Amino acid sequence: MSDSITITIDGKEIEARPEQTILEAADAAGVYIPRLCSHPDLKPIGSCRVCVVLCDGRPQAACVKPVMDGMVIENETPAILQHRKNIIDMMFVEGNHFCMFCEKSGSCELQALAYRFGITAPQYPFQFPEKEIDASHPDVMLDHNRCVMCARCVRASQELDGKNVFQSIGRGFERKIGVNGERALGDTEMEATDRAAELCPVGCVVKKRVGFATPIGRRDYDAAPIGSNIEGERS
Amino acid sequence: MSVKKITIEPVTRVEGHGKVTILLDESGQVSQARLHIVEFRGFERFIQGRPYWEVPVLVQRLCGICPVSHHLAAAKAMDGIVGVDQLTPTAEKIRRLMHYGQMFQSHALHFFHLVSPDLLFGFDADPTERNVIGVARKFPDLAVQGVMMRKYGQEIIKATAGKKIHGTGAVPGGVNKNLSSAERDEFLKEIDQMLAWCRGSLKIAKDYTLEHIDELADFGSFDSNHVSLVREDGAMDLYHGNLRAITKDGDNIFDQVDYQDYFKYIAEEVKSWSYMKFPFISELGPENGWYRVGPLARINTCDFIDTPEAEAARKDFLSVTDGKPNNITMAYHWARMIELLHSGEKIRELLNDSDLQGDDLMAKGERRGESVGLIEAPRGTLFHHYKVDENDQVTMANLIVSTTNNNTPMNRAVEGVARKYLSGAEITEGLLNRVEVAIRAYDPCLSCATHAMGRMPLVVELENAAGQRIDRRVRD
Repeated sequence: MSDSITITIDGKEIEARPEQTILEAADAAGVYIPRLCSHPDLKPIGSCRVCVVLCDGRPQAACVKPVMDGMVIENETPAILQHRKNIIDMMFVEGNHFCMFCEKSGSCELQALAYRFGITAPQYPFQFPEKEIDASHPDVMLDHNRCVMCARCVRASQELDGKNVFQSIGRGFERKIGVNGERALGDTEMEATDRAAELCPVGCVVKKRVGFATPIGRRDYDAAPIGSNIEGERS
Repeated sequence: MSVKKITIEPVTRVEGHGKVTILLDESGQVSQARLHIVEFRGFERFIQGRPYWEVPVLVQRLCGICPVSHHLAAAKAMDGIVGVDQLTPTAEKIRRLMHYGQMFQSHALHFFHLVSPDLLFGFDADPTERNVIGVARKFPDLAVQGVMMRKYGQEIIKATAGKKIHGTGAVPGGVNKNLSSAERDEFLKEIDQMLAWCRGSLKIAKDYTLEHIDELADFGSFDSNHVSLVREDGAMDLYHGNLRAITKDGDNIFDQVDYQDYFKYIAEEVKSWSYMKFPFISELGPENGWYRVGPLARINTCDFIDTPEAEAARKDFLSVTDGKPNNITMAYHWARMIELLHSGEKIRELLNDSDLQGDDLMAKGERRGESVGLIEAPRGTLFHHYKVDENDQVTMANLIVSTTNNNTPMNRAVEGVARKYLSGAEITEGLLNRVEVAIRAYDPCLSCATHAMGRMPLVVELENAAGQRIDRRVRD
């Protein structure tokens, strides 16, 4: 078996390795496939569906689908782009995302995706759900208003920190991040140095007292849109 | 004959929207005038539960006109929450520069865009000409100056806060950036021109006031107490100081009060017809304890101004009243232009201070549970008071915004104008104009004052003793 296989993304032939997922192969080739729950340090779970592509005509989450020789992938068709916009849009209206005073603003992956996709206002009605803030931990805060259920914190705690601080609980619209403590985050073995405190793509799991320490202009997505770093590697 | 009520709605060329009601007694004389603020926002409630470091960014969303003032007042309060009583020199000077930039752009906006049509064309000029477009047509140089001065202030805000509106520069205990020498050099290139324009606008305001002094002395004017922050040596200080209150004659009611104790000296009253509270000096009670804030009050309360040109202008200003406080409502404009010049002088002073390029941005201290932040915003003293629990969440917020302090004075000013200019039970164009001119002198920001949201036009209504509306005039 050859070390290298060839796939096609939007008509462009790309060299890939058999153990890669579509997302990994695309990243390596400088093709950006938007994603939210996926993170290079975590095992993929394909839950957010933002990275869905058409793989030989069928929708597949690019973060979990392994490449196969000759695979034909459609990443930027009008239908796929609209699908992604719809998903991102739903995440906004199903939470309480007030970018104007969120400390993650400018470095938030959800916000950055919305900017990249040109979403200026939601097409769906705001749900304004009642959400809690868990500020019981001395160094880490959990603001459920901003959660997008990517479960990065769940996986980071288990896979990288060797703990089990977070869990997804509930079903459907009621689904939320729970903590394995008697009452709240302050009762868990969470520490500020945990990777789980770093990998949240939005402003849900944040380290306390950091706030707006990074000035406007130096935040992650102030200079270039999300995905630019991957696309920049194309050359 | 029954009591009547006149309503003016909306009041135009103010920030936000309001409504005026003039009540007539049974003999047809004005018995009371009310400036109604009928919007409500509720920031003090929904900020509860939010983490304290978010507050300076969240609460400035009260307003798009002077968010910097809310940003800094909240940041000052949060300095107290993180136990910092003294910022690093760089942090304090960056915040001061941001604040003077704010003062500069706000005063320029108000004078050139909102007020100059009244002063340049007269109160009775055709409304189609008496507006900022009319100024641009007839006095294009002035209109351009207004735009350029506002831009200069806004660029300073952007350089220090990150954005022209709703920036993030001030954080609890310090700032998140300094001013680069490249940014400084850009501002230094234009400062002399800015100061020259400040002198020009000061002259317009002064000449206008002196030329019309007899009319203005009786135009919505009244004696009042005055409140502002002053520095420990009595100097005007727009960023920080202690509270001073004086009577109409300049006698101290209280002086050098640590603003952490403001609530021992200032109380608030609520009235059924407005969402805006009515603050007063506690020991004098609501009837006699109301006071004015803002440019006029600040010039009256301070002992001196620590920049030479503004100090000369202050002395000139007070010579009209033989060194006593000036209680003429329309003198606010002259006072505001003295502050514009002062802000320009302060900006120049700060730009030449190398501390602005320092890297020591943050100070630390012992966490506290309660703190107050005050600042002299463009429209007057701004109070922010918070309690924060052991989980870092806000449990209480009380805001007394600048315009709220001027609530009773604005009502008095409207009443004075109505008494003088209302004839019969009809709302004339002249009355409508003058009521607005009197309110505008205070540069009210009604959206801030009620923490209000949305757009409300100005209406004037005339109502009789039985509460029946007998005339109504609307200006969209």
